[in-house]
Amino acid sequence: GGIQEEICEEVLGVLQRSPLRPSQAVWCELPSRVLLVLTSQRGVQMYEADGSTMVFWHALDVPEQPAAHSVFARGIAAAGGRFICVGTSFGAVLVFDIPPKGTNVTLSEVLEQHRDPITDIAAEQGRDGAGDLVTADDSGTLCLWSSGEEFTLLGKIPGCGSSCSSVVLWNGTVAAGYGNGQIRLWEAGSGRIRAQVSAHARWIYALDLAPLTGKLLSGAEDSFVHVWKLSRNPDTDDIEIQHCHAECVTDTQVCGARFCDPAGDTFAVTGYDLSEILCYGPA
Amino acid sequence: MNDIITTMFNKKFMDELFKPQDLYSKKALRTVYDRLAHASIMRLNQASMDKLYDLMTMAFKYQVLLCPRPRDILLVTFNHLDAIKDFISDSPGILNQVDETFRRLIETYNCLSDGEFQLIRQTLLIFFQDMHIRVSIFLKDKVQNSNGRFVLPISGPVPWGTEVPGLIRMFNHKGVEVRRTEFTTAGNYVTPQREGSFELYGDRVLKLGTNMYSVTRPVETHMSGSSKNLASQAKENIAPNPLAKEELNFLARLLGGLDIQKPTGGETGFRLNLFTTDEEEEYAGVLHGLGLGRLWGALEAKAGPEQL
Repeated sequence: GGIQEEICEEVLGVLQRSPLRPSQAVWCELPSRVLLVLTSQRGVQMYEADGSTMVFWHALDVPEQPAAHSVFARGIAAAGGRFICVGTSFGAVLVFDIPPKGTNVTLSEVLEQHRDPITDIAAEQGRDGAGDLVTADDSGTLCLWSSGEEFTLLGKIPGCGSSCSSVVLWNGTVAAGYGNGQIRLWEAGSGRIRAQVSAHARWIYALDLAPLTGKLLSGAEDSFVHVWKLSRNPDTDDIEIQHCHAECVTDTQVCGARFCDPAGDTFAVTGYDLSEILCYGPA
Repeated sequence: MNDIITTMFNKKFMDELFKPQDLYSKKALRTVYDRLAHASIMRLNQASMDKLYDLMTMAFKYQVLLCPRPRDILLVTFNHLDAIKDFISDSPGILNQVDETFRRLIETYNCLSDGEFQLIRQTLLIFFQDMHIRVSIFLKDKVQNSNGRFVLPISGPVPWGTEVPGLIRMFNHKGVEVRRTEFTTAGNYVTPQREGSFELYGDRVLKLGTNMYSVTRPVETHMSGSSKNLASQAKENIAPNPLAKEELNFLARLLGGLDIQKPTGGETGFRLNLFTTDEEEEYAGVLHGLGLGRLWGALEAKAGPEQL
């Protein structure tokens, strides 16, 4: 329609001012639809799952004169079966309310608990009262939320000197990867640390979780990809983690790693200067 | 060379560089580079400029890529400045300019977080993406593969602030450690000895960003018996290397029949006052300023008075 064309032209005008370099692309699965969400220095764009139509875009407040600190959106997750949450370099988390179909996306809420740029956001199916969203930032601070008409902050885990570059949430356990190569497991409810892993020798870029098995995938600049297994000890209720498998992608700084199936039997890896996607699976 | 360094560290130029701004485009950077290289009366032809530019970008890409921590790109920068200060150690005026810039860097960047440094590093790496020009000295030192990609060692000291991978600690709901396990990988990492200095003067510890071509250059070796390797590396530097010679033939063509003698004076820095014309001296000056100065030391050992 006319309005859409107008919007598109406006967007193109904005984009032409500086190259749109998408920093993240995530398929957000909601009960009624799947949207492809892109973040960049300009803001947030949402597309239909096949990338054919832009459904919505939200421009960040970019100052006219370049400021000392970059402005960008980073961190994307679908939450509560209804929302898409996107982080910003200001530390604010934008909560968008997504209609079952159409383009009438609205900014429902802005969560302002972080003081540093958001790095990553993760969500899982909410269990009553339990947190279903975790947000992470450059100081390593983690916030746990309960999604809804109004999001509720359930807890805050202070950072300890290293950026939390990636985070996943599974059965009330937060798995966080840090710039110093550590993986930490936190109990979402209490905010207590349950495990500490000296996992990588360099910055961890990616964490992914296979929900059917609790397998955790970590990829870092040290060229390694590790597969771990999270579990709960039935007697003590302690959270446990064990190392399952390591792959070394020779001479490559791993930038992305994702499971390709919900059981975590296969995974895909990307790296800096690598024009291929490497897929790993059982022999 | 003083001309080039004076221009590079000119206050107005620095003011411009320190303004918050997006990364230069490739075209813009190349223009700045060309202008700087021609800040003296020296003129290089297009092919030579291209070659030097490629060398510079690949060297810098290597340094940024291999930084153990994101904030180590600042230590690399300090290594660059330390080397530049060494070249102009007898020119207090220019030295002051460089020190001013040094202080400005410290003031602006020392306080940035890891995340902010990683963002800077990622921006730089995107700029260098898909560049795989082979550099003979990198090929020879086995830091670059024949396909142009850099070797990423999986051994050696971990970055300051990182633990050697392998340990898993688990805690109960009271926060008490209840279990400890270990895992092993192909990597062979060790604890670092100390952190590099971010002060105006100090041991940077990190070797990235130091003069690539110094005869006794400290090369990052992550193999066991590294001191043994260092000695053999130093020896190898002086031995003739046909690849390096080929790559530098264009320099020889520029300078024509060159009578290389030992440098005068007792400076540890490298000085050639033996050219027959000012122009030729400036060519050498540019190479020197680009960190290629000691290359001539290596060539000098074997070249003698013959044409290169």
